[in-house]
Amino acid sequence: MKNLILTTAALALSAGFAMADTVRLGTEGAYPPFNFLNDAGEIDGFERELGDELCARAELTCEWVTNDWDSIIPNLVSGNYDVIIAGMSITPERDEVIDFTQNYTQPDPSAYMVLTGNEGLDVTGAVIAAQTNTIQAGFVAEMGAPLVEFATPDETISAVRTGEADAVLADKSYLAPIAEENADLTLLERDELIGGGVGMGLRESDGELREKFDAAIQSMKDDGSLNTLIEKWEVGETF
Amino acid sequence: MFSYCTDPAALSGLTWLSCYLTTGKHMALYWSFGTVLTLLAITAPTALALGFAGASAARSRIRPLSWLGKFYIAIVRGVPDIAFFLFFVIALDQGIEYLRHKVKCPDWSEPIRQGNDFVVCSAAKMPLSTASQWQHDVYGFALAVVTFAIVFGAFAANVLFGAMRAVPHAQIETAEAYGMSPRQAYWRVLVPQMWIYALPGLGNLWMVLIKATPLLFLLGISDIVYWARELGGAKTARFTDYPHPDWRMWYFLALLVFYLGFTKLSEMVLERLTRRLSHGQATAGGEALRKAAT
Repeated sequence: MKNLILTTAALALSAGFAMADTVRLGTEGAYPPFNFLNDAGEIDGFERELGDELCARAELTCEWVTNDWDSIIPNLVSGNYDVIIAGMSITPERDEVIDFTQNYTQPDPSAYMVLTGNEGLDVTGAVIAAQTNTIQAGFVAEMGAPLVEFATPDETISAVRTGEADAVLADKSYLAPIAEENADLTLLERDELIGGGVGMGLRESDGELREKFDAAIQSMKDDGSLNTLIEKWEVGETF
Repeated sequence: MFSYCTDPAALSGLTWLSCYLTTGKHMALYWSFGTVLTLLAITAPTALALGFAGASAARSRIRPLSWLGKFYIAIVRGVPDIAFFLFFVIALDQGIEYLRHKVKCPDWSEPIRQGNDFVVCSAAKMPLSTASQWQHDVYGFALAVVTFAIVFGAFAANVLFGAMRAVPHAQIETAEAYGMSPRQAYWRVLVPQMWIYALPGLGNLWMVLIKATPLLFLLGISDIVYWARELGGAKTARFTDYPHPDWRMWYFLALLVFYLGFTKLSEMVLERLTRRLSHGQATAGGEALRKAAT
């Protein structure tokens, strides 16, 4: 009898382990330094390192998935992956549909990038390019300036080069390395502060998982390892 | 890939290019050609079968069946592809998970719809969260095949429906005069003769299908256009060993060559098919063949 109980307990325990699900992390893979595909075709960047570290601290097995930015929220709520970790800024509009962990980067200033020689541009009347469904696109629309939207960050930059748009508005940490390496592109002095920092997005019904990641982010903030990562990948101010 | 590729910055010219074109990312591009071709190879016959079923249903004498066929043709042809791909695939996926949930977790008390969320027990997930990445890929691929087949099946059904009506009525009358049942006349006279009338329309559909594969990325499958855009985009030295400016034009040029070549090949095959199917037909093409033979 005792044996039987022990076996049942062991079975129940092992079943518990077997059910320890893989947590699937969804990202875009086209927004360096946050996330991008490296030469080997693997997901790399600030969020790759951060996500792996968070999963290790929360003792979860994690797997990475790439998904188109446009359908990244619908695919989360329908359960194709469990977490969005894609440089997504926390905004009230998104918070109505999904839940966010605490932010793991400071609210990053957004910057305008223009063709060199066009620094005198008055952005309030200029044609601005931005990626669809981003906080920057929402900001430009609210500002009332003519907005041209593109599906990928790359296209917003070529729009400035071809003259289709006068300036591109995007996260400063994304634009800065591009402006640095290309003589024909320059950042404007003016920055915009939009959004509440970048956080992980989860389904609203996934409270337990959110708490785990929240705690893991907090522990990385406390021991300073998050700041090290932020400095390494240059994604804005440290905490 | 090659041993001399360890320090790409020191290389130049062809050696640099040979290293660049064999990075893991480029391998993924080459693989995606296979994905696209496999998708076409599976989707085309499936869509044709669905189209045939739809057309047969639409011209059936049993009223409800005929309504069903016509409903399918009208609805699917009317909905934009991209809406179909965003909505239908998610609905199909959720439908499968809903059924599995009902079977596998009968004593689950929480609602499945919680606000925007769709929550099923983890045993009902399709594929399971514990499944490896390739299983997710295969599942996504299968969903894509089904969706493509349904969309293109509706167009094929319409083409075949028209083709069945184009077969000269005298042929059917003669068949029935010889004592064939409607069923026999359908399979032995109508179906073999209708293909020649369907071929131009089906050929068009095939050409459109070849170029519709970028819709795959909406389902999380990376197709050739996705990789061309990803690889061609400007790369800064901080994030890659192979920095380059915006090269999307070159990548898309390569895709253009691929698509044109594929189109040419398809046209050659279609031309041969048309010739074969024209034999003995009461069409201008069939008449020309008859004259050439005598």
